[in-house]
Amino acid sequence: MGPLKQPPPVRRIVADDEPTVVEPPKRRNGTAQAVKDAASGLLSAPRRHTARKGKVKERMRTEELAIAYGGKPAVKGVDLPVNQGEVLAMIGPSGCGKTTMLRSLNRLVDQTPTATRRGTIYLDDEDVDLLDVTELRRKVGMVFQQPNPFPMSVFDNVAYGLRERGSRRPSRAALRPAVEEALERAGLLEEVKDNLTHPALRLSGGQQQRLCIARSLAVNSEVLLLDEPCSALDPHSTSLIEELIMSLREEIAIVIVTHNLQQAYRVADKVAFMYLGDLVEYGEADQVFGAPKAKRTRDYVRGGFG
Amino acid sequence: MSTHASEGRRIATLRRRRFQPPRLPRPQLPRRERDLLKPEEMVAWSPLDRLGVAAAWFCGLLLIAISASIVIYMLVRGLQYLSITALFQHPVVLSTTQITGTAGGYLDPMEGTLILTTLGTLIALPIGVGIAVWLSEYGRPSWLARAVESGVEIVAGTPTIVLAIFGLLVFTQGVFGFLSFRAAGGAVFGRSFFIAGIMMSLIALPLIVGATREALQSIPAHVREASYALGKDKISTIRRVLLPASRKGIATGTTLGMGRIAGDTAIVVLLLGATPLQPLGNTPVLSTLRGTGSTLTSYVYNNSPAGEGNAPQKAYAAAFVLLMLVILMNFVVDLFSRKRSDTWAR
Repeated sequence: MGPLKQPPPVRRIVADDEPTVVEPPKRRNGTAQAVKDAASGLLSAPRRHTARKGKVKERMRTEELAIAYGGKPAVKGVDLPVNQGEVLAMIGPSGCGKTTMLRSLNRLVDQTPTATRRGTIYLDDEDVDLLDVTELRRKVGMVFQQPNPFPMSVFDNVAYGLRERGSRRPSRAALRPAVEEALERAGLLEEVKDNLTHPALRLSGGQQQRLCIARSLAVNSEVLLLDEPCSALDPHSTSLIEELIMSLREEIAIVIVTHNLQQAYRVADKVAFMYLGDLVEYGEADQVFGAPKAKRTRDYVRGGFG
Repeated sequence: MSTHASEGRRIATLRRRRFQPPRLPRPQLPRRERDLLKPEEMVAWSPLDRLGVAAAWFCGLLLIAISASIVIYMLVRGLQYLSITALFQHPVVLSTTQITGTAGGYLDPMEGTLILTTLGTLIALPIGVGIAVWLSEYGRPSWLARAVESGVEIVAGTPTIVLAIFGLLVFTQGVFGFLSFRAAGGAVFGRSFFIAGIMMSLIALPLIVGATREALQSIPAHVREASYALGKDKISTIRRVLLPASRKGIATGTTLGMGRIAGDTAIVVLLLGATPLQPLGNTPVLSTLRGTGSTLTSYVYNNSPAGEGNAPQKAYAAAFVLLMLVILMNFVVDLFSRKRSDTWAR
């Protein structure tokens, strides 16, 4: 029996060895200089744009929106406008209600059995509770943290939302222009036009995520909710998505939840900082990052917590 | 001059020292050889550990030996008696209710196995997938879901002879008379492909439910939400996204179930009659399904030294055919589960 003679090698742990210690960088707490130092790194990040071109128009608005999961409040009475023509970034530590806010805008929060909601959400001055939920979700599209194309071809993924719309199933040929337009708008057409019939799950992660955006665009979404869309992607795919966000910003209202402050600064026109279910600060990106009014915002933006 | 120069050097050194961070001892990087114990440092394995490892090896090898001997023995015996002509010959019937005798082939039992497996699977597949979808996607009220779950577990754990005797009890009732022969006095015979197929579907059902449910539950929640976010309801999400995504699991469960049906004897003996194909009525397909028949398993049983036929060479050949059939099905399952599948990050 060969294996019995030679026991497997054992790792020796030497107790008195010098451990490798990485010292945390020293912080000068509380001084204005520290804020400036930390923010200067942030503010030196390249903006994807300089100024808004189109007209800014309010599309969605929440009033006194409060959401609780099984009695535990997640969002505590938030008033937040969502404008077309600019990108709204929602920042804040984990578990502070950003994603819950986002999911309430297309009433996806209704899927959670324990969730209760108070307050009103308006889409073009209409209460979303009075809208048909299918209609609402087509107007307010959503992209998730993990790319999640459906297990079908690239074409069928984009056509998915268009099908079963009327009583009759539209044919492939009839859907083709709409599918190609959506892929074009999502900047994916060039890469996939020769293999529209390939399974979507074989695309790269970044392509999958853009496909998910195309899927929303195909049903003519007017508001696009992005829940940390780049957290599972490499830097190149991230920058492609950020550019895509910039190109879409004129035609649709975009809300992006992100933990990456650099990203928020790069793409956002307006920034909402949420902390423990409260909307602590809402304003122009330059103001929130450069000269935050609230102390908690200042601490968070500086990297003090979260 | 020289002192001046050395003084300057000294100051320079001091200055450099002052502005340099304190020099920490360099951490020693672990090296592979250093981390490994030398042979003389190694602790010998205890006798019990040696015994355990030896036992594990022995058990594994024993299992290989057993399965290899089954296949080889059946291969030798089966090929010895297997003749191609017998595959396509009807068995010779000596009595009206039993296949007996040494003459004839086993065409009828082979057809019987195929018919029964198909029928049982066709009944079990939609019901099994339906139960799995309900359990995984709806499952409310929860007490009902728990009850359904334990129901499936009980069916899975019931010996097939018990299922068979229960089936006989149920299907000899007058209301089910249309499914099988009737004796002259009006008593229901309670044996036919329909009846055996219904009870056989119960064997395949738990396997299909289990595999489908597992496949559905492995689909991340955000995939369902992505479909809802496009304005789809639950039904079309299940139909267009969830079921296609769990195709592999459904196929695996179904093939496993087919293997179990093909290999079962008790239900065939009690509920199929173990006769040659004896159609009832004149409608082409329906007559066969309402009539009695036999499968390879009951044929092997009847022709084995324990059965009435006592023609072991026939039994060996039929058993070989059955074994090949089941091994083939397991191979198909392997193909399904080995195929690379595209899935989502979790």
